[in-house]
Amino acid sequence: MDWIYALSDWLQALAAGNEPWNSYARYLPQLLEGAWLTLKLVVLSGIVGILLALPLALMRTSKNPWLWSFPYAYIFFFRGTPLLVQIYLVYYGLSQFESLRSLGWLWDEVLSQPYWCAIITFSLHTAAYIAELFRGAIQSVPRGEIEAAMAVGLSRRQQYQKIILPRAFGMILPAYGNEVILMLKGSALASTITLLDLMGATRNVISRTYMNLEFFLMAGVIYLLIAALFIGCFRLLENYFNAHQKATHLPTGKLDVQVQDEHLKDTAR
Amino acid sequence: MIPAPELQKNSQDDSLPALQVDDLHKRYGQHEVLKGISLTANQGDVISILGSSGSGKSTLLRCLNLLEKPYRGSIHLAGEQLAMKANRDGELQPASRRQLESFRARMGFVFQNFNLWPHLTLQDNVALAPTQVFGKSKKQAREEAVALLDKVGLADKRLAYPLQLSGGQQQRVAIARTLAMEPEVLLFDEPTSALDPELVNEVLGVMRKLADEGRTMLIVTHEMRFARDVSSQVMFLHQGQVEELSPPDVFFTNPASTRCREFLSSHL
Repeated sequence: MDWIYALSDWLQALAAGNEPWNSYARYLPQLLEGAWLTLKLVVLSGIVGILLALPLALMRTSKNPWLWSFPYAYIFFFRGTPLLVQIYLVYYGLSQFESLRSLGWLWDEVLSQPYWCAIITFSLHTAAYIAELFRGAIQSVPRGEIEAAMAVGLSRRQQYQKIILPRAFGMILPAYGNEVILMLKGSALASTITLLDLMGATRNVISRTYMNLEFFLMAGVIYLLIAALFIGCFRLLENYFNAHQKATHLPTGKLDVQVQDEHLKDTAR
Repeated sequence: MIPAPELQKNSQDDSLPALQVDDLHKRYGQHEVLKGISLTANQGDVISILGSSGSGKSTLLRCLNLLEKPYRGSIHLAGEQLAMKANRDGELQPASRRQLESFRARMGFVFQNFNLWPHLTLQDNVALAPTQVFGKSKKQAREEAVALLDKVGLADKRLAYPLQLSGGQQQRVAIARTLAMEPEVLLFDEPTSALDPELVNEVLGVMRKLADEGRTMLIVTHEMRFARDVSSQVMFLHQGQVEELSPPDVFFTNPASTRCREFLSSHL
């Protein structure tokens, strides 16, 4: 991240000691590093979250009470309690267990680290919401499409792999994007367990400069930019996975030449 | 993995009926929808199934590949019996999922509402099942898919998605998707009922072509003229029972059953 400091130096030279510009330039790198940490937290927990959500949703759609009761209770808990409580439970709560503290590497490097505690909590939290989205989507794949898959002899597993899950994934994409943006804002709570994410870094800077308005405003703008980045990424994902919804004309360029002519004749009619 | 049909063909005995159904019953709760239906389709037979709504004709077709679970009865495909056992509610369940999957692969089913998979292009709609069920390579399955799309007159649209097509075109793709499995018997469940009148003929044209190729077909339909032209046998169902089963020239001119006569006079 050296370029951030280079940028900061250059801006400070530009400000030539004039306040408040000099302070802005000086503390900008801390905010940007915080933003980077925020980005890592959200992206990682968004990915882990959806991976956890898939088996949860599959269990949740089962008719067997042994299978659906666990995800049911899980989703109920994580949707029904504040994220802050969950973070505290993981960060402060786990250390109460002697058996966990004696896990060696797993404790020293992971479970006692605020960074991993935040990732674990956010992943578990967002997985509950995504699992619920997934469940709804799996159940709303039209019955006829599944019957068509049965009728050609696909096994249960193949029906899920090729028809039900791809369809469900396409359906949840917009809502999943929404959920990731909610997580982006929720991630500010990571600052409560000593992490210098964007929110933590901003508070840190303000405690030194007393420039509340300016730096909170700057943090807000950076959050907005990250949100815009996510929105753009999800737009691309949707274009790829939901191509069938956006398709308005045939990609004739990819067809063989003689078939192209046939198609043009067809559309002219 | 089920072996591709080319390999199975040798072992088939042409003298056995392609499809034989004996004493098929279906009930929803206490309501009996099918009351013991038997039918035999020899190789190359085209059997049209007529009847007013509620007579059980769609249910019959759906019971044949167990999209609905029958209550009693047996199903033979080229002499092989579909093994079924009763569950607690008395409904029959397939005894072996593998055998059921292979039976379904060997029996093509065309739905009233097409039921194409909207997230796949036309060529992938057609190529999916052969790659999954027979383990064909994607390349080979796609080539065969394009040939089949050509057969139903839609090769130029192979990269389109189903929702970009008219109903008639979608139904033709659905037929191509079924043909890709090289089924021994084709089941059509009111294939033209969801179509605008001007689109009906393109689908019937494709079906006529299949009948001319000598394929074994069971067709639930309301298209009387078509049934008269292509069928080898016409079956009339009434309240879950076979009321009349005769060749089309007899069926449409001189049916034995009075109910059938009434039905015909109100539909012709």
